[in-house]
Amino acid sequence: MTSVLSPPPAATAARQRPRLPARGRGRRAPLGVLIAAVVVSAVSLVPLGYVLVQTLATGWDEAYALIVRPRVGELLRHTAALVACTVAGSVLIGVAAAWLVERTDLPLRRFWAVLFAVPLAVPAFVTSYGWVSLYPSIEGLRGAVLITTFAYYPFVYLPVAAVLRRLDPALEESARSLGHSPARVLARVVLPQLRTAILGGALLVGLHLLAEYGALQMIRYSTFTTAIMEQYQSTFNGAAATMLAAVLVSLCLLLLTLDVLLRGRTRYARLGSGAARPAPRVRLGPAAPVALLASAAVCGAAIGVPFVSVGRWLVLGGTGLWTAPELLPALLSSLTLGAYAAVVTAAVALPVAWLAVRHRGWGSTLLERCTYLASAMPGVVVALAFVTVAIRYARPVYQSTLLIVVAYALLFLPRAMVSLRAGIEQAPPELDEAAKALGSSPVRLFGRVTLPLIAPALAAGAALVFMAVVTELTATLLLAPTGTRTLATQFWSFSSAIDYTAAAPYALLMILLSMPVSWFLLVQSHRMAGR
Amino acid sequence: MRVRTKRVAILAPAVATVLLASACGSSDGATDSAGAGGGSITVYNAQHESLTKEWADAFTKESGIKVSLRNGDDFELANQIKQEGSASPADVFLTENSPAMTVVESAGLFTDVDAATLGQVPEAYRPSTGRWVGIAARSTVFVYNTGKLTEAQLPASIMDLADPKWKGKWGASPSGADFQAIVSAMLELKGADATQTWLEAMKDNAQAYKGNSAVMKAVNAGQLDGGVIYHYYWAGDQAKTKENSKNTKLHYFGNQDPGAFVSLSGGGVLKSSKHAQQAQQFLKFVTGKTGQQILQTGTSFEYPVGSEVAANPALKPLAELGEPTIDEAKLNGPEVVDMMTKAGIL
Repeated sequence: MTSVLSPPPAATAARQRPRLPARGRGRRAPLGVLIAAVVVSAVSLVPLGYVLVQTLATGWDEAYALIVRPRVGELLRHTAALVACTVAGSVLIGVAAAWLVERTDLPLRRFWAVLFAVPLAVPAFVTSYGWVSLYPSIEGLRGAVLITTFAYYPFVYLPVAAVLRRLDPALEESARSLGHSPARVLARVVLPQLRTAILGGALLVGLHLLAEYGALQMIRYSTFTTAIMEQYQSTFNGAAATMLAAVLVSLCLLLLTLDVLLRGRTRYARLGSGAARPAPRVRLGPAAPVALLASAAVCGAAIGVPFVSVGRWLVLGGTGLWTAPELLPALLSSLTLGAYAAVVTAAVALPVAWLAVRHRGWGSTLLERCTYLASAMPGVVVALAFVTVAIRYARPVYQSTLLIVVAYALLFLPRAMVSLRAGIEQAPPELDEAAKALGSSPVRLFGRVTLPLIAPALAAGAALVFMAVVTELTATLLLAPTGTRTLATQFWSFSSAIDYTAAAPYALLMILLSMPVSWFLLVQSHRMAGR
Repeated sequence: MRVRTKRVAILAPAVATVLLASACGSSDGATDSAGAGGGSITVYNAQHESLTKEWADAFTKESGIKVSLRNGDDFELANQIKQEGSASPADVFLTENSPAMTVVESAGLFTDVDAATLGQVPEAYRPSTGRWVGIAARSTVFVYNTGKLTEAQLPASIMDLADPKWKGKWGASPSGADFQAIVSAMLELKGADATQTWLEAMKDNAQAYKGNSAVMKAVNAGQLDGGVIYHYYWAGDQAKTKENSKNTKLHYFGNQDPGAFVSLSGGGVLKSSKHAQQAQQFLKFVTGKTGQQILQTGTSFEYPVGSEVAANPALKPLAELGEPTIDEAKLNGPEVVDMMTKAGIL
């Protein structure tokens, strides 16, 4: 379940982008774009506003009783332990994998470079399903850390690999020539340069963990998200659920703040002209078999286990599995919802990204940040807010396709934004001006000049959103229109009833539909390094 | 190349508009198709999806009325209906247990069930108010691993599971409405203090699973000695592959113990329903001969309660269960959820 992924490379790209000349600044944005951007940002604050208003409405005494209780303490311990261990594990595996692939003579390293990114295509709840069906006794913190680490380490691996590929080896050579040992060079020179990439990846892992439901529920590890779902099933949107959501939201904000604080202001960009040489690779020598074995173990745990499990159930279930009457409708629902959400999200991201790039200022930055903040909210919180707001104030859209599509758009906006920002940055504003000078109307200008230039970025962003929607579980469970079942919810129904065989085709379809996303992210991280 | 980009430029907004329009349109479409022509009803379904689907398909075949299902849990859907109030899209509400029916009934959102339907179900299986009707029944059981426990070691009462000697040895699915209904029976029979104490002991003693199937699977695998579930999960697995129950047996508490509680699944028609006639027709079908025979011969293994249809012969007869006498209407679900929240289970 990937509800808050913004592709990792961008986290670093955004920060290391050189400052643009003043050409974009100060000019007034078209009013339409401005209004659209304000509306988008306002809607994106609905979940946060909902939690705040509900907390106030609950009243101090009841809120206190529901927040300061042993169960919340237990959930806090569970959630904190999971985030700490899995983030550490993901950083360890992600950095090690990136270093092996980019900086050593690991045999078959091109093959490994792709394989290390493949777990992104396997939704975490499918990884969990894979482990549970092979080792039914897996549970507790150890089980949760094992499963989520192997599901999420690529969020660290991809950006770190991209940065490693681009680092100028001259800096390391100077350090060594000044008498530093290789270990010291690693600690003093290489790791600090990787800091932004590691932090960006770690933040993504942390936010995903806070939002994770299926993978953890399957192995009975309770966190705030699973507890909110249980309260929802027992009370709908009762006060206890909302108070748990308030704590969860605070944890998300805490992670975001930590990230900002740790990131600091140091700049590590390379100065001077010319291109950096590719760094010389470390000879693994006798350590090569060990490195190969470790790589195989990581890929086995992250990809092997879920694939073997799904394959085994598919063989056991036989061809009859594929003619189940629920399969085709679920596939169609997933494809349709994915397509709607992709188009809407891309359309919505356009004005916000446009303002952020072309009309930079505190206003547009604020708007952009609002959307990122909303997307850091777990799916369950967004869904809870949308259900309640729609039932009270927006009845016509209640239980509608529109509402769930808007929720998806909110959750996955950064995926489209990241891609669009890059696209708009590469479209020279001079072309717009030339067209304007030649008498082109704004509409014609957009259609003939701007849109063709940013079309690839728009399509890439939409594709990323599509993949995310296909594997989304919590918001879909709460918001899907009556009668709509998706691949993810149908998979969840079957695996909750311990009908692992019937769940297998849904798992396979979700993996197949998500494959392109890991490929895309991999290509993107390579391209970034080439720049 | 130029031509292609031009075409993309024209097509992209067009496609976007069409998709957006249909995204907005389908929201209206969903309610319309459920609303127009009298050809369909919306059922908020907390029963097992597979069972309700069997009912719905057979009903549609017989009457031509389409049924769309919104699946959820008992209290989730009950509270949802409460919040939706008079504008609820639901026509019929089906649950697994009766406390959720009581929630909707106390909110005054049910209309009277047709007399003909009530006539199909004995008084023992429906509330005296006639606002909803029993559609199926299920018995509480203690499923145990025969390699871990001998018959002599079995608990005589569900209350015994609070004893420290059971620490870590039994499990349940406390977030499910099934277990919450069992606790509401305990609340009714033993009072609030005894139940709260029992729940606090349960927090220490029991392992929480998601769903009765998961509990049974853990018992079968020997991760637990025993678990509190409903009978039909076991019966269903025994009839299939026995994959998750071959090492287990059922223990019925009997003796009017809270653990011998027989839970009534209910069905009711919403006052706000715009298709009340079709909704009543559906409820009559479910409690009628054909509907109840689906329970007798199908894969659900729940007990039939209406139209004098006998239970599946594989089940222990309903009359032999020694269930406690309880007024279904008095079972207080929300109170139980609060108590479980207080005990730190939820």
